[in-house]
Amino acid sequence: MNSGIAMRGEGVCKSFDNDSVLEDLSISVSKGELLAIIGPSGVGKTTLLKILNGLLEPDSGKIYFMDKCLEFGNDCDLEARRRMALLSQKPYPLMKSVWDNVAYPLRLRDNDDIEKKVSDALEHVSLLDVSDRKATTLSSGELQRMAFARATVFEPDVLLLDEFTAHLDPYNIGVLEDAVEWYLEEKNAAVIMVTHNLFQAERISSTTAFLFDGQIIEKDRTEKIFEEPEDERTQSFVNGEMVF
Amino acid sequence: MASDILHVTLLSIFVSVSATLLASLMAVPLGTIMGLGKFRGKEVIRTVTYTLYGFPPVVAGLIIYLMLSREGPLGSLNLLFTPTAMILAQMVLVFPIVTGLTMSSISEVAKDAKETAMTLGADRWQTAKTVLNEARVGVISAIMVGFGRAIAEVGAVIIVGGNIRWHTRVLTTAIVLETRRGNFEYALMLGAILLSVALLVFFVLKRYQDKGVKM
Repeated sequence: MNSGIAMRGEGVCKSFDNDSVLEDLSISVSKGELLAIIGPSGVGKTTLLKILNGLLEPDSGKIYFMDKCLEFGNDCDLEARRRMALLSQKPYPLMKSVWDNVAYPLRLRDNDDIEKKVSDALEHVSLLDVSDRKATTLSSGELQRMAFARATVFEPDVLLLDEFTAHLDPYNIGVLEDAVEWYLEEKNAAVIMVTHNLFQAERISSTTAFLFDGQIIEKDRTEKIFEEPEDERTQSFVNGEMVF
Repeated sequence: MASDILHVTLLSIFVSVSATLLASLMAVPLGTIMGLGKFRGKEVIRTVTYTLYGFPPVVAGLIIYLMLSREGPLGSLNLLFTPTAMILAQMVLVFPIVTGLTMSSISEVAKDAKETAMTLGADRWQTAKTVLNEARVGVISAIMVGFGRAIAEVGAVIIVGGNIRWHTRVLTTAIVLETRRGNFEYALMLGAILLSVALLVFFVLKRYQDKGVKM
């Protein structure tokens, strides 16, 4: 496994209407690592993913992608953005067929061999047989699987997952978790997964970070975080208690 | 009589399609920018645009008339009582409608479609194109409503066109004339032709609405 750092944020601060969400936060993820970010609702987990993806500009701090500092401008480092993907809790289906939705990121890049790449990506999430259907007619589980295929078809180096299995049934959760593990192994990608599901974090992540009060309180191997956390706030959170 | 009908019908189509197309060429990009962008004064522009939906055609006709009349700023162009003047008058009426409705359609899908496009690697131009494509049902509806306003318009075109036979007479102004003459059957027939023209254009636009752009 290559342990090179794929992405890192240093001293990231972000506030909305004078309400501070992230304060001097630093985080990194390496190739082949699946980092779960856990924490109570409203602590800025989604905000952090959007900043890492270039959708939001931090008030201060720097984001590095493969050692290159991202420039937040009009197109926010298009080259770097084209090597990462963000999968949200409620993916938006473009008004096209399932096939064209998955082909969309490849067409943006004038990619070759679209036919094979799209059919491979759909095969991995068991959606090849509905590829002609309009994406807007899919069930929530199918839609999330399509969104996963769409986010990985161009083989991003960094995959950002924001509550990607929330409200799904066990079958779809299983398909998606298998797909994430396959992608991580096959592509040696770096994955950051924000989740409220502690069982999921324990099940598939290699490292876990606890985000609270706008900062990463603790980051370690997942077993360590769940069995012997060093900070008592982390301990309280993984035990299902209120954190202060 | 048949050649009269053919002439007014073709001129109606030419004037209203030209006015809708020319107005939309400016209104759709402007509505897209206004729907996507965040800038100072956006709310003021939005309110003014919505207010102009109710712009009285006779006032639009009067303004264009004054601008194109011999004493007006554009008098030297000799456009008064020509189809070009009628196109200009209809453009004034169509432009705010297409701009405002495009802006609303874009705003509805903008956040989700823009974020999706950007997270999948779209540049600014590709993002705008994607958002526009996602809002196509609303945008083409905006153009349809604009065309409806243009083809049914009578007050402005009668002022700037003058309802001159073989020159600036269109279906709506011909209906007014025939009604005044008491030729109600002829006027009703022209009305039926007017509705058929509108139906034909809406049918063509509907096909684009369903198809979208491949990207």
